[in-house]
Amino acid sequence: MNGALVAEVLSWTFIVAGSVFVLIGGIGLIRLPDFYTRIHAAGITDTMGAWLILIGLMFSAGWTLITVKLVMLLFFLAATSPLASHALAKAAFLRGLEPMLGRGLEIEDDHD
Amino acid sequence: MIDQFGAATVALLVCMVMTLFRSIAGPTVFDRVLAVNSFGTKTVLLIAVYGFLSGRPDFLDLALVYALMNFIGTIAVMKFTRFGDLAGMEEDEEEIL
Repeated sequence: MNGALVAEVLSWTFIVAGSVFVLIGGIGLIRLPDFYTRIHAAGITDTMGAWLILIGLMFSAGWTLITVKLVMLLFFLAATSPLASHALAKAAFLRGLEPMLGRGLEIEDDHD
Repeated sequence: MIDQFGAATVALLVCMVMTLFRSIAGPTVFDRVLAVNSFGTKTVLLIAVYGFLSGRPDFLDLALVYALMNFIGTIAVMKFTRFGDLAGMEEDEEEIL
């Protein structure tokens, strides 16, 4: 009984934290001004939010086959999401999309 | 009484609406691809969480397939955006790199 309660509390904590990260990523995807900054928001959703939600689901599932499937899902997301983000940023940069630079952030001005 | 799966489902649905807005309104094609990729990841999470919400976690198999399809689709769209073709592009790649 005590172990079930601990697993329930851990599941609540991880899933709510993951939901908060997912919401932060969604808000950032709308509010951030530039493509290269929006990758940060999508990266938060793809890594931290997904991992926390899946770990919370693992605590809720217990030691069953479902946990094995969740581990496989976690592995696939952990392997593919950063790779997709990297390919996206590299393709955008090679295509010539300029990053937005603010005042005081110009690299050339620092060396002059 | 709402449990943690219901809360996560609501958060994922709200975030999917935001992502859909970015995929429609994104100024460049890369914004749209980023939004579609993020939407696919959220779909994977939504399938997994909804399986627990409805008491049938067998939906995780669909989530696994969808995660792999999402990755392949993103890479394919990236290659198409970069080269304009999905076939072998070795000489163009050497030219760019």
